[in-house]
Amino acid sequence: MSDTPIRVLVAKPGLDGHDRGAKVVARAMRDAGMEVIYTGIRQTPEMIAEAALQEDVDVVGLSILSGAHLELFPRVTELLKEKGKTDVLLVAGGIIPDEDIPQLNAMGFTGVFGPGTNTNDLVKFVQAEMAKRRMHNAQ
Amino acid sequence: MNSQLLSQIQNGEPLAVARAITRVERGGNDARNLIRALFPYTGRADIIGVTGAPGTGKSTLVNALAKEFRTREKRVAIIAVDPSSPFTGGALLGDRFRMQDLAGTGIFIRSMASRGQLGGLAAAVSDAILVLDAAQFDVILIETVGAGQGEVDIAKHAHTTIVLEAPGLGDDIQALKAGILEIADVLVVNKADRDGANATAAALEMNLNLNPDKNAWRPPVLKTIALQGKGIGELADAIAAHQKYLGENHLRAKKEAARFNDELRELLQRELLHKKLQNVAAEQWQTWIDEITTRRRDVYAIAEEILNG
Ligand code: B12
Ligand SMILES: Nc1nc2c(ncn2[C@@H]2O[C@H](COP(=O)(O)OP(=O)(O)O)[C@@H](O)[C@H]2O)c(=O)[nH]1
Ligand SMILES: [Mg+2]
Repeated sequence: MSDTPIRVLVAKPGLDGHDRGAKVVARAMRDAGMEVIYTGIRQTPEMIAEAALQEDVDVVGLSILSGAHLELFPRVTELLKEKGKTDVLLVAGGIIPDEDIPQLNAMGFTGVFGPGTNTNDLVKFVQAEMAKRRMHNAQ
Repeated sequence: MNSQLLSQIQNGEPLAVARAITRVERGGNDARNLIRALFPYTGRADIIGVTGAPGTGKSTLVNALAKEFRTREKRVAIIAVDPSSPFTGGALLGDRFRMQDLAGTGIFIRSMASRGQLGGLAAAVSDAILVLDAAQFDVILIETVGAGQGEVDIAKHAHTTIVLEAPGLGDDIQALKAGILEIADVLVVNKADRDGANATAAALEMNLNLNPDKNAWRPPVLKTIALQGKGIGELADAIAAHQKYLGENHLRAKKEAARFNDELRELLQRELLHKKLQNVAAEQWQTWIDEITTRRRDVYAIAEEILNG
């Protein structure tokens, strides 16, 4: 099953219009062989959870540079739980102060990546996490 | 398959439907068992294909059409196919981006990567259609890759095929160039807000093959502005008229029979090949190839040996 492409949703929650990072990340993931659904800016938590559910993605990646992550991210994770979409790897990036990272980790965001991240690193992170999960599910 | 999952899919529960599509995309025995369980509950949905060159507005039109069907009390699902990179296998699935206003409406959207399949669709599209059909969607809209050339597979799957054209893509009619005009049940000139829409529509009318049979379906040529939802009601009416025509002339059943005929043959080809070759060792195969290359035997002789083996 490990040859099934990793499916990723890259989404930008809230009113934040900075979309360069999200596009860079989406492209890097595609070039690494993943199937990436990019839904653009101004996504509500409801839209993100619905897309994750319908597309049955393995990974949800949130990109945010507005500073509203502590308000918006918990809504996304709550909705995913509510809808039963719990088998998903959560990652995030953008302008996120270091002191907020433990809180995001506690919400389930396994990887948080700030400005200047080499896209190879985040691609490798996602691949490694997914390999672990798929190995676990196969057992 | 457990009966709880079956009823969840039949009730159209998004999580169950979405996971079922993932399973048919993966293929193998699991997918077969799933399809076997669902198949008796399929055959109800109207399947509508939308094809046309990239940028003609397929996703935008599907978005508008889905909304229109919804106001007509239909339950709508969408499958949008984008190409996979032949080099990395990756894909950017961008159709959903144009379908933002469908969020929260209960319309089910699934993006699929072509995963190496030629012909404008993904290999799993026909099984994904069965899943959505069993999930009791009334209308299933399918957007093809839109690479153009030879993208005619959609006509096999859809009851009604819409071919999209837009003015200003050069003087040529793209659909004509790509040889997909023949599969159109409805022709649409989208972006009618732009110059040249009337000329494009006239050119399409002129190139329609005139079927000498008076009772045959004549594809209407419609103009739309998908971005503003204009002409979409008329398009939905034309689709309904085509479906009515199919029903009255028993053509829907005929179309399905033709498709299952193809599917069964293709499946048999794959399976028989697999069956005949599964116990052939790689060295044996290499020996045969060597024998042919050195002209000691010919392909017919080897094929006969395999078939009799
Ligand atoms: C370019 C830019 C803009 C451009 C945006 C163009 C665009 N379409 O993206 C413009 C000029 C439009 C703009 C406007 C504004 N900006 Co501005 N902008 C920036 C700037 C300089 C660079 C952002 C950028 O594109 N970086 C390049 C990309 C590739 O990097 P990245 O987004 O960080 O992404 C990387 C990682 O974060 C990570 N990543 C990102 N997303 C994801 C997602 C996943 C899933 C993963 C795994 C990883 C990941 O990987 C990427 C690759 O390394 C930053 C400052 C900075 N140094 O970050 C300010 C900045 C983000 N902007 C800021 C502000 C305040 C604004 C404005 C409000 C200014 C104003 N008053 O008008 C407006 C708001 C616009 C809006 N509608 O939201 C502030 C935000 C402050 C905050 N959060 O508290 C910043 C931090 C500047 C500052 N120091 O004050 N901005
Ligand atoms: N002017 C105009 N632009 C449109 C219309 N419909 C779609 N578009 C634009 O055409 C571009 C391509 O549309 P899209 O739906 O992605 O096309 P696809 O590649 O065929 O799916 C987008 O920028 C749309 O906003 C229309 O009716 N008029
Ligand atoms: Mg499209």
